[in-house]
Amino acid sequence: MSDKDIIICRCEDITREDIRKCMERGFITFEDLKRQLRVGMGPCQGQTCSELIKRELADFLGEKPDVINTHKTRPLVIGVKLKSIKAGVDNES
Amino acid sequence: MKAEIVIIGAGITGVSIAYNLAIQGVKDIVVVDKSFMTSGATGRCGAGVRQQWGTKGNCIMAKKSIEFFESATDTLEYDDDIEFKQEGYLILATTPEEDELFFENVRLQNSLGIPSRVCNKKEALKVVPYLRPESFTSATYCPTDGHLNPFKMTDAYFQKAKQLGVEFLFFETVESIEINNGKITSVTTEKRTIKTNKVVNAAGGYAHEVGLMVGIDIPVYSENHEILVTEPVDKMQGPMVMSFSKNIYCQQVPHGSFLIGRSNPEAKHDHDISSSWQFLDEMAKTVCDIMPKIGELRVIRQWGGSYNISPDRQPIISDVKSLPGFYIACGFSGHGFMFAPMSGVLITEIVLNKPTSLDASDYRLDRFEDKIVTEYEKSVV
Ligand SMILES: Cc1cc2nc3c(=O)[nH]c(=O)nc-3n(C[C@H](O)[C@H](O)[C@H](O)COP(=O)(O)OP(=O)(O)OC[C@H]3O[C@@H](n4cnc5c(N)ncnc54)[C@H](O)[C@@H]3O)c2cc1C
Repeated sequence: MSDKDIIICRCEDITREDIRKCMERGFITFEDLKRQLRVGMGPCQGQTCSELIKRELADFLGEKPDVINTHKTRPLVIGVKLKSIKAGVDNES
Repeated sequence: MKAEIVIIGAGITGVSIAYNLAIQGVKDIVVVDKSFMTSGATGRCGAGVRQQWGTKGNCIMAKKSIEFFESATDTLEYDDDIEFKQEGYLILATTPEEDELFFENVRLQNSLGIPSRVCNKKEALKVVPYLRPESFTSATYCPTDGHLNPFKMTDAYFQKAKQLGVEFLFFETVESIEINNGKITSVTTEKRTIKTNKVVNAAGGYAHEVGLMVGIDIPVYSENHEILVTEPVDKMQGPMVMSFSKNIYCQQVPHGSFLIGRSNPEAKHDHDISSSWQFLDEMAKTVCDIMPKIGELRVIRQWGGSYNISPDRQPIISDVKSLPGFYIACGFSGHGFMFAPMSGVLITEIVLNKPTSLDASDYRLDRFEDKIVTEYEKSVV
C-alpha cells in the first residue's frame, strides 16, 4: 500500500505521505506536526493517531519511539455542546 | 558564533522582522527561540485581522498589514496555503454608549480609507442571520477584515527568511545579554554565546523579562486569555462576530470549526496559560445569548495564551535612547498577529535608520516615560 493510501489521522484525513512530507520540511516534533496538519486536534483528540505519529517520528529521526514526546492533551475529554454547558450552569444557580 | 543582529522570539513578530531585515539586505541574522516556532501567543491566538479600531495608530497598522496579507502568498512565494478568509468582522454594539462610540470609530476608519460601515439591526441580520435580534442594538461591519491560519502565516515568513539566509535556533533560551561601555556585545543561551551589537526583543509574553536582561523596565505585563474550538461543520458564518461589551469573539475558520474566545477581567498579571471550567461556563452563556444556533455545536478543545499588554493597548515598536542597538516589538495587547507585517517593516526601518513608512511615534517606548499617552484603545476583547 502506498503512503498516500495510509490514513494516520482519521479526524483530519491526514495520510502517511502528508506526515512524511511535513517532516521533510523540517517539522520534526509532534507539536510542530500538530500545528501544520491539525493531527491530534480533531474530535478524538489524538487517541487514534498519537501512537502512529510517534512511530513515524521515531522512524524518521532514527530514534526509539519511547523517546519521542507526544502532544499536550487538553480539555475537553469528549465533545460537549455549548448549550449543554449552559444548561449545566442554569441548573446550578 | 557571530551575528549582525539577534532576534529573540520566533513568533509571528520575530519571523516578520527577520524576513523584512533580510530583504533589505541585512546579512547574518539569527533568530533564537526557547521552544518550537509559534509556541508563544502566535500559536494560541484567534488570528483574526481587523481594521475596525478606535485609535488612528491601530487603524493604520491594521490597514497596511491587511494589504500585505492580501498578496502574502505571492510576495513570500509560499507553496502552501495561508488560509486567508476575507469575509469581514461584524462588531455588535449592545449599549447606547457603544452605538455612539462605534459611530465615531467608523468615521475615523473611513477617514483613513477603511471601508467599514454602521449597520442597523436589519442590515446586521443580513450579514449573520442567526444573531438573536434582542441581544444587540446596532453593529459595524468591514468586509475586508478577516482571518488567517497563524501556523501557516508564520511558516510562510519562516520559509522565505530561511531561503534568504536567516539562521534559526530553536529550543534555545536567551539567558543573558552582555553590555560593555553602553554597547551590546553578545547574547548568551544555554548552548552558546553569540557576538552581536544588535538585539531585537520580540519575546511576546516574556518581553518584560528580556528587557530586564539589559536593565530596561518595559511597562508591559502578560495575562492569560482563554479560547475554545468546536467540532468542524459546514460553512455557516462568513465574518467574525465580536462584541466588546458582551466580551466575545467568534469566527468560523475555513476548516469548519469555530474559534470562540473572551477575556477574563480577573486574570492575574502572570504567565499562566491554563484552561478553566469558568471560561467554558461564561463562554457558553454568551454564545447562547447572541447566537443560540452556535450553542448546538460541540466544544472539542480549549486552551490559553498570553496577551502582552501595554498601558495604552497599543504596541511598543521602538529603539531605546539609553541603549543603542536594542530594539523592542512587544505589548501588542491581544492584536499582534494582525499587526505583524507592519511590525516587521517598522523595526527594520528603525534598525536601518530609514524614514518610517508610517508615523511610528505612537509606538515609541518613551511615550510612557514622557507621559504623553494621548489615546487609549477601547475596542479590545
Ligand atoms: C487567545 C488569544 C487570542 C488572540 N487573538 C488574536 C487575534 O484574533 N488577532 C490578533 O492579531 N492577535 C491575537 N492575539 C494576540 C497575538 O497572539 C499576539 O499579539 C501575537 O501572536 C504576538 O506575537 P509575538 O511574535 O510578538 O509573540 P509570541 O508569539 O508570544 O512569540 C514570542 C516568542 O519568544 C520566545 N521567547 C520568549 N522568551 C525567550 C527567551 N528568553 N529566549 C528565547 N526565546 C524566547 C517564545 O518561546 C515565543 O515563541 C491573541 C492572543 C491570544 C492569547
